[in-house]
Amino acid sequence: MEMAEVEIQTPDYMQRRWHNIRKLLERSGPFCHPDFEPSSEILDFIMNNCKVLIVGAGGLGCELLKDLALMGFKKLHVVDMDTIELSNLNRQFLFRKNDIGLSKAKCAVEFVNKRIPGCEAVAHHCPIQDLDEGFYRQFHVVVCGLDSIVARRWLNGMLVSLLQYNDDRSLDQSSVIPLVDGGTEGFKGNARVILPGMSACIECTLDLYPPQKTFPLCTIANTPRLPEHCIEYVKVLQWEKENPWGNTTLLDGDDPQHVAWVYEKAQERATKYGITSVTYRLTQGVLKNIIPAVASTNAAIAATCATEVFKLASSCCVNMNNYMVLNMADGVYTYTFNAEKRPNCVTCSNTTKVMEIEHDATLQAIYDKLCEDNAFLMKSPGITTVVNGRNKTLYMASIKSIEEKTRDNLKKKITELGLYNGAEILVADVTTPNTVTIKLKLSEKIDVDMLY
Amino acid sequence: MASPSPKSPEQSEKNKQYDRQLRLWGDHGQAALENGHICLINATALGTEILKSIVLPGVGAITIVDHNIVAEEDIGSNFFLDCSSKGLNRGTETLRLLLELNPAVQGHAVQEPTEQILQENPDFFKSFSIVVATSLGEKIIQDLAQHLWDINVPFILCRSVGFLGSFRIQIKEHAIIETHPENEQIGLRLDVPFPALAQYLDTFDIDTLDLKDHGQIPWIVILYKAVQKWQLSNQNRWPMSRKEKNEIKEIIQEFIRKDENGIPIEEENFEEALRAVNTALVPTFLPVKIQELLYCSSATNLTKDSLPFWIMCSALRNFIEAEGKSKLPLRGVLPDMTSSTEHYVKLQSMYRTQAVMEAEIVYRKVQEIVAQLHCESISETEVKLFCRHSHDLHLIKGSNIAMEYQLGSNSVASYIARYLEEPDVMMVHYILLRAAEIFRSEHCRAPGEWEPEADIAKLKTCVSRLLTDISCSPFPKDDHIHEMCRYGGAEIHSVSAFLGGCIAQEAIKIVTKQYNPVNNTFIYDGASTNTATFTF
Repeated sequence: MEMAEVEIQTPDYMQRRWHNIRKLLERSGPFCHPDFEPSSEILDFIMNNCKVLIVGAGGLGCELLKDLALMGFKKLHVVDMDTIELSNLNRQFLFRKNDIGLSKAKCAVEFVNKRIPGCEAVAHHCPIQDLDEGFYRQFHVVVCGLDSIVARRWLNGMLVSLLQYNDDRSLDQSSVIPLVDGGTEGFKGNARVILPGMSACIECTLDLYPPQKTFPLCTIANTPRLPEHCIEYVKVLQWEKENPWGNTTLLDGDDPQHVAWVYEKAQERATKYGITSVTYRLTQGVLKNIIPAVASTNAAIAATCATEVFKLASSCCVNMNNYMVLNMADGVYTYTFNAEKRPNCVTCSNTTKVMEIEHDATLQAIYDKLCEDNAFLMKSPGITTVVNGRNKTLYMASIKSIEEKTRDNLKKKITELGLYNGAEILVADVTTPNTVTIKLKLSEKIDVDMLY
Repeated sequence: MASPSPKSPEQSEKNKQYDRQLRLWGDHGQAALENGHICLINATALGTEILKSIVLPGVGAITIVDHNIVAEEDIGSNFFLDCSSKGLNRGTETLRLLLELNPAVQGHAVQEPTEQILQENPDFFKSFSIVVATSLGEKIIQDLAQHLWDINVPFILCRSVGFLGSFRIQIKEHAIIETHPENEQIGLRLDVPFPALAQYLDTFDIDTLDLKDHGQIPWIVILYKAVQKWQLSNQNRWPMSRKEKNEIKEIIQEFIRKDENGIPIEEENFEEALRAVNTALVPTFLPVKIQELLYCSSATNLTKDSLPFWIMCSALRNFIEAEGKSKLPLRGVLPDMTSSTEHYVKLQSMYRTQAVMEAEIVYRKVQEIVAQLHCESISETEVKLFCRHSHDLHLIKGSNIAMEYQLGSNSVASYIARYLEEPDVMMVHYILLRAAEIFRSEHCRAPGEWEPEADIAKLKTCVSRLLTDISCSPFPKDDHIHEMCRYGGAEIHSVSAFLGGCIAQEAIKIVTKQYNPVNNTFIYDGASTNTATFTF
């Protein structure tokens, strides 16, 4: 009984349990951040005030939750829409076989709250897009361990949209919510610190993501050479033609029956062409676009992110500047560099975005530019504009009925659609939470012969 | 509608659970891991973080050696302890919570001090694939390292203090067949085509093919033809210089068909041929690194106890000197290229057949050696794997930690001195980690454990002594010494978690004999997000 009373009287941040991190926070050192003033209040802040959002409760998310809880953070929120699968268990260490099918966010939070007394993590089992500005605004730091680039871009866009600017157009620093982002693939990974509006954001460095590997349709259909070509053929062409489970059933890479069907058909095709090595594992890999993953890489990358969150929350140390790559395939190699902010970044530059386009171009040209230009790289942009004060949808692929109605516009010249030099188009896409306004700058086509 | 019922059996539970890692090290890597037995000495946060990422992927067994009792600080930094663990043995408690991660893993806990085991039952360590140790004292580090060196068991010595951490791998000799290099040499032997290939390449006449077929010629044929044409006016030499390669590119440009206006028609296969000029025209050669390996004494002086790796090296050398005509066996892999299915599949099977043939010759030589030496047989699969990867074989010859600690050999001292003069701050961290160990053995506490200021001078003495031993002048400033005292021996969870991930991966590399491990020392500074590798 006496022991229990003592425990109650000692504030949590003074407990002996936290002795290790208290040394870092209550002592000064020669390499500390210039603003750092050692005090026991810092741990009090970390434990009882500092709200951190962990995005993703997968390979990185599980690690992040554990790491941050053991670095003293209590006010943790975790968001993840996924449920637990058997193939997660080789690295997502907060889950057991009994948990298969349950919410990752809820399971992870329950485990850590039970293991670490005082931890008050909260789970959100939903897509990040279901949570609004008000939700995101409450956090001091957001740390993100996602496998989807689109989701990352959306989240980045959300944090940038929370920025506020003063009358002199300078950034209101208090509106900045730092984003710490980690990613892994096999034995490789990266971790970075983003101060939205101040340092390079996800959109500034889109070129750092490798382009997705695709096979040309004519190869798949006519001249297959690799086992992958045969699998793609069954996935893209044969499934739709044969509809093995009836024409309402889409191919599901998680349904073993579906995978087995594709595997067998791909094998048939391969045999016909004299191609070898179609395997079940390869079939599944191609169908689901599986990225290899191990516990060790996730542990190292998540820990790097957690250290940066700790630095941000405590100022005990200067943050990394600002992007670290890790490769454990040949020895262990890391490299930290300063990813540069793009002055005309579509998302974080706080300037009017301009698209240069030829004056006789079609709407299709604008659409293609939005998808292919490195400054945008959108997925299926919906384009609207304002004509005489009224919103006019020029093209929208995401809603079928509107797509059908607006499809013909793609072939029309932009001037026929009422667009002009200086006109603004409003673009919506899955990569951004907010509509992007882009000003068109029409240029005369330069005649190549005129140059000579 | 009746559902189709595909006949192929579903994957096993285990294959599903490990799917994401099997794509990295394959079923044979997994089998090796499942035969592995890892010993951890001291279940600190760093220790359990290492084991966590070895238990999850399914190592065979773990043994934890720890005689310490769980303190409250342990619970604050170690995820594999809970509130009920306080006052109990740390090894037993962490083992309980670690084994929950994967029921397939066997676990044991030994509650004796390492010193005692080393004295009374040194054979204890013989059965392990690797011994990993954290938080050991200066003296026992050297004794244990020497013993593990003698009995030839790999050892990883790990440290985590404040924002700093390190690990040192001690392994006498480690041969890797599957290094998984990022850029594999293609090795197509265009300069010395084997008969079937030469015959096939000669059947093509680029100029007479119709446009459709023209666009289906594999680029290696285009390249070969371009070189042949070039050789007519260059005394049958092989194009080597940049200028000569540009001439090849010009010939390829000429091959490209033109439309009625004389404008070149875009043909993907010719574009690919142009891009391949710089990489695919590298002449076939025996890399120096591999030559050294094949002619080193382990490969030339075989005994009954020689490892399969050396027997295969010896057979490979015999092959190169005879049938191989100074060439390594063909890899037998053809990169994807624009082409008709027919051309590609034909070429691919030619490369495969030739590779199988050459590997069989090597296999026969292996069998001869095995018969002569009366040693254990080596499977054909093993030899084939060896031949396929013979361009990228890698050997690490390690060094003894005990020697490094005594700074006994002059080469270690001068190696450290060289980095300190540069000056390389990561080597400064190494000195500080070593000095902190000396401090602990002399004062029975970590520097700064109680009072950071008071220990600065004492730690400085330890640093000076080390620097004197390696004939280096003292550090101009005390800032790193001050920082080490600030840490006060604290173990920071996220620093240990980073190192834990890295060290687990190194252990898996060693057990699976795939991918190159660190050779041999890795230093991490979480404050500056900086890492370095040193070879002692």
